[in-house]
Amino acid sequence: MAGVGMKSALYRQSARRRGLAVAALVALAALPLLLQAIGQDFYVSFAARLLIFALAATGLNFIVGFGGMVAFGHAAFFGAGAYTVAILAQHGVTSAFVAWPAAAGLAALLALGIGAVSLRTRGVYFIMITLAFAQMIYYLFISLKTWGGDDGLSLPARSGFGPLHLGDDAVFYWVVLACLAAVLFLLDRIAHARFGRVLQAIRENESRMEALGYPVAAYQLACFVIGGTLAGLAGALIANHGLLASPNLLHWTQSGTLLVMVIVGGVGALYGGFAGALTLLLLEEALAAVTGHWHVALGLLLLGVVFYAPRGVAAYLHGLVTRRQNDD
Amino acid sequence: MTEGLLEIAGVSRHFGGLRALSEVSLSVPEGEVHALIGPNGAGKTTLIHQLSGAQTPDAGTIRFAGEDVTRLPMHTRVARGIARSWQVTNVFTRLSALDNVALAVQGRQRDWGGSFRFWAAVDKERAIVDEAAMWLAEVGLAGRERSIAGSLAHGEQRQLELALALATRPRLLLLDEPMAGMGPEESERVVELIERLGRKVTLLLVEHDMDAVFRLADRISVLVGGRLICTGLPDDVRVHPEVRKAYLGEDVA
Repeated sequence: MAGVGMKSALYRQSARRRGLAVAALVALAALPLLLQAIGQDFYVSFAARLLIFALAATGLNFIVGFGGMVAFGHAAFFGAGAYTVAILAQHGVTSAFVAWPAAAGLAALLALGIGAVSLRTRGVYFIMITLAFAQMIYYLFISLKTWGGDDGLSLPARSGFGPLHLGDDAVFYWVVLACLAAVLFLLDRIAHARFGRVLQAIRENESRMEALGYPVAAYQLACFVIGGTLAGLAGALIANHGLLASPNLLHWTQSGTLLVMVIVGGVGALYGGFAGALTLLLLEEALAAVTGHWHVALGLLLLGVVFYAPRGVAAYLHGLVTRRQNDD
Repeated sequence: MTEGLLEIAGVSRHFGGLRALSEVSLSVPEGEVHALIGPNGAGKTTLIHQLSGAQTPDAGTIRFAGEDVTRLPMHTRVARGIARSWQVTNVFTRLSALDNVALAVQGRQRDWGGSFRFWAAVDKERAIVDEAAMWLAEVGLAGRERSIAGSLAHGEQRQLELALALATRPRLLLLDEPMAGMGPEESERVVELIERLGRKVTLLLVEHDMDAVFRLADRISVLVGGRLICTGLPDDVRVHPEVRKAYLGEDVA
């Protein structure tokens, strides 16, 4: 039957993909138990941090890779989520049921405002204006002494889901993993729904979509808000992770780090943000133990990605897997 | 005289010092096949741009179905019923032919948030998929549903372009050289298609192939140097002295 075309060709092995995803999820869920068994509990917290960055990078990848908008101010939403949780905690609101949706919601509102203005521009101007907005917010927060200024705002304790305490690193890790898995599942649905189809077509040919009657800017704004919301949620998690909302989360270098994760992982690939965060943070962890000059290695890695896996680590691995399947 | 479906009044447009259009006025009644001819650089495509909303005129008004659409953005005009095809093929080259047209069909959907739907897989929406296949058959591309648009032959891409425009279900279709770069056989197919379309929608056709123009058009307008020098029945335009001098003369010489 007619009805599918190129996308189904790409997704022909969707059952196998789903199997792989479930296997990966089970393995990740088992990770804390494994680490506790071998007495490396410290790495549970590190793994949680990795997944949080994966979530933030996934949100950015949705904007950059799926929406085709190179945004350089993702730190604004990441930081806004973190500060929301910290400020609420300062006022005694510690329930995750309240604080986390509030963090995501505030980031969404911020993305709506920033996106509505920024999307009037294109290309390098879009990069600059998103960067400028994020830096404005950074300077706002370091100048506000009530919210910690340069030192950031610390949390007395992690948020709680009713009786469920997130103080335990393994429990916190599982909650983070559940968030990331739910987000990836949701984004996969979006990619195949009407909205996702429209975004992909806009990325390919913006003016043609306008000529088919689509208000292109509205779809791009919605995409931008979704990506920002995810960063807000990631921000809520990172504040809980380190019990601190730091202005560093808002700094432009944070936007840069997330963008590098997306590029290394695979622009536009569903698991691109995850692969990028994994690669970068593991490399940082491993090399920082050996040398303080780990940035040099990062530079080499970037060169390697550009030359050998220009579509990112996720696409590179996907290529390896499908090649092996074709050999079967 | 009653108002036509399309009413162009005193439309001008310049680019820097160049006057691309000077006070163009034209009325196209519903159901008409109206051809726009003129030498290269006469402003035909520029006029199409003003009508489709790709550009906005410096002066003058454009009314469509009784409504002033001069300042409306392109996507709103499409929703009102103005569609266009491009002189240079403009399709989604990396998508299949069917997915191309499905996007056009989907663009019309106004149910449950239109295209702001985030969950259900669009591939499984039979109504959209079936209608897209129907439009492909309409333009003569049955059997090419799964072909990637970029891999289609030039003539087929032109046909796909028409299917995209048609699938928006326009009341007014602006066709900018639909036969550009086609072989005689493909051209004949497209002429037959336009003949059939002309009975259903109002057409404004820019075309260089004079045989096709005189065969298809109810009326013809001649644009020279950004000015509309005459509008009339094909037989009148054929013998109009200024037209012969300015335009057809080139062919004779």
